[in-house]
Amino acid sequence: MPDLDYRQKAWSAGLIVMFFAAWELFCLMTGMSDLVLPRPSQVLVTLVEKFPILWPHILQTLATTMIGFVLGVGLGVLLGVVIGVSRTAYDTAYPLLVGFSSIPKVAVVPIFVLWFGSGSVPAVLTALSICFFPIVVNIATGLATTEPELEDVLKALGASKFDILWNVGLPRTMPFFFASLKVAISYAFVGAVLSETVASNRGIGNVMMTASSNFNVPLVFAGLFVLAGLGVALYVVFSVIEGRVTGWATRKNDLIAT
Amino acid sequence: MMRMQPHSEFRGSPVPGPAAPIAIELSEASVTFGRGARAVPALSTTTLRIADGEFVALVGPSGCGKSTILRLVSGLVQPTSGVIVVGGREVAARALRVGMAFQNPTMLPWMTIERNIMLPLKIVEPFRSKFRKLRKTEFRDKANALLEQVGLKGFGTRYPWQLSGGMLQRANLCRALIHEPRLLLLDEPFGALDQFTREELWSILQELWIAHRPTVLLVTHDLREAAFLGGRICVMSARPGRILDDSRVAFARPRTIAMTFEPDFVALNQKLRAFIVDARAASSKAAAAHGEA
Repeated sequence: MPDLDYRQKAWSAGLIVMFFAAWELFCLMTGMSDLVLPRPSQVLVTLVEKFPILWPHILQTLATTMIGFVLGVGLGVLLGVVIGVSRTAYDTAYPLLVGFSSIPKVAVVPIFVLWFGSGSVPAVLTALSICFFPIVVNIATGLATTEPELEDVLKALGASKFDILWNVGLPRTMPFFFASLKVAISYAFVGAVLSETVASNRGIGNVMMTASSNFNVPLVFAGLFVLAGLGVALYVVFSVIEGRVTGWATRKNDLIAT
Repeated sequence: MMRMQPHSEFRGSPVPGPAAPIAIELSEASVTFGRGARAVPALSTTTLRIADGEFVALVGPSGCGKSTILRLVSGLVQPTSGVIVVGGREVAARALRVGMAFQNPTMLPWMTIERNIMLPLKIVEPFRSKFRKLRKTEFRDKANALLEQVGLKGFGTRYPWQLSGGMLQRANLCRALIHEPRLLLLDEPFGALDQFTREELWSILQELWIAHRPTVLLVTHDLREAAFLGGRICVMSARPGRILDDSRVAFARPRTIAMTFEPDFVALNQKLRAFIVDARAASSKAAAAHGEA
């Protein structure tokens, strides 16, 4: 149903434009000082002007986020598979994982800094530790809830545990995995920027920190815009991959289209 | 515990002649699910021998442990007591190539029908080691040839959710057959189909059996189905199941649907029906007595 799709997209775009227009109007009508809330147009101008300075910081944040994310996904998948395959491991390890995930990650940044000094390493580690939990939970849940009937098809053929995991468990878990990837990439961003604001001399987080101590509020907002843009871009990338890999799980839309 | 009474005119010797080797042997096998107070006996001590190339139909009231016997033979369930020997060795050894079709078609939703049907080739030797090389040529042709045989030509590239229940059941049968199994375990594979589709698939299955002569163990509710397909019919009692009667079916093959309306065939059906009605009555009486106590 392409009609509905277009209308949906038009509404989304309209809402975004309206949001910024309302913001702009609000600032103009109340005569808001740009030290408190700069207008979006001011933020855009700052963004364009300062872009050459911002660029290396964008790359820095992107790099730490992606490294942390990739490591977090690797670790998360590994742990998720172990926990998901074995009922005992699931029951045993879950309380520890929940406890670990409940710790606010701001609290661990100083510890990482203490161990590794300030800079990229704590940013990567914070991104990793914050993004790997949703991956573990989703992989483990996907595997643990695989229908025994599907597994029986392979078991009756004398398939090994690994065969069953590879041919049934993992493909079945893919929709869960991609759902968690989209959450995890946003989390990784939060982790990296968080660590940069606390302990780094590079990265968007650090730029925003410095700008705010100089009362350069439009630059702070420019940093926010950059973060939002990067977050959306990465989310889109994973949504597209998800659509290709796990189209079977969202087939109802296709059925209407064909 | 279980003795077979010389009960029927259709009954032959329970042990097949020495010429045919034994494909399946259940010796004093029983199954109980759960433990202690919650234990549910699913299958009473049962002894059953099936010769290589035999077509055996298992009938009985629902919940009587027919499927449990299939699951024992396929290794999906372990016996609580007794021994299961398949192809001369313990079940776990997989001495025979086994094909199984379940009551639900259970196609993997992320694969096309073609790839679903090729799944056994991906798992079972000697096909497994050649799978990467042949999956786009010989194996795919094989899958499509089978699909054509069951009337699903051209549906190989569809996904399971694009097919109706009856079509999925046909595909399910293809998946059970593609790796040329020597032992075919069918768990009410035609249960959810309309009568005409069912009869059509009976004939297809019969043709395949005559051509390849695998050993078949078919679990069914449908007495006509059992009598049409089976070379031998085992009637089971209500839960916990045991084998009440074990008869040979003498009708010549290939059998036709028209034959199912002839007096001999109808008489056999009625005899089987009487067994199951008795078994059901006995079990409800037992349940009532249990309730009073």
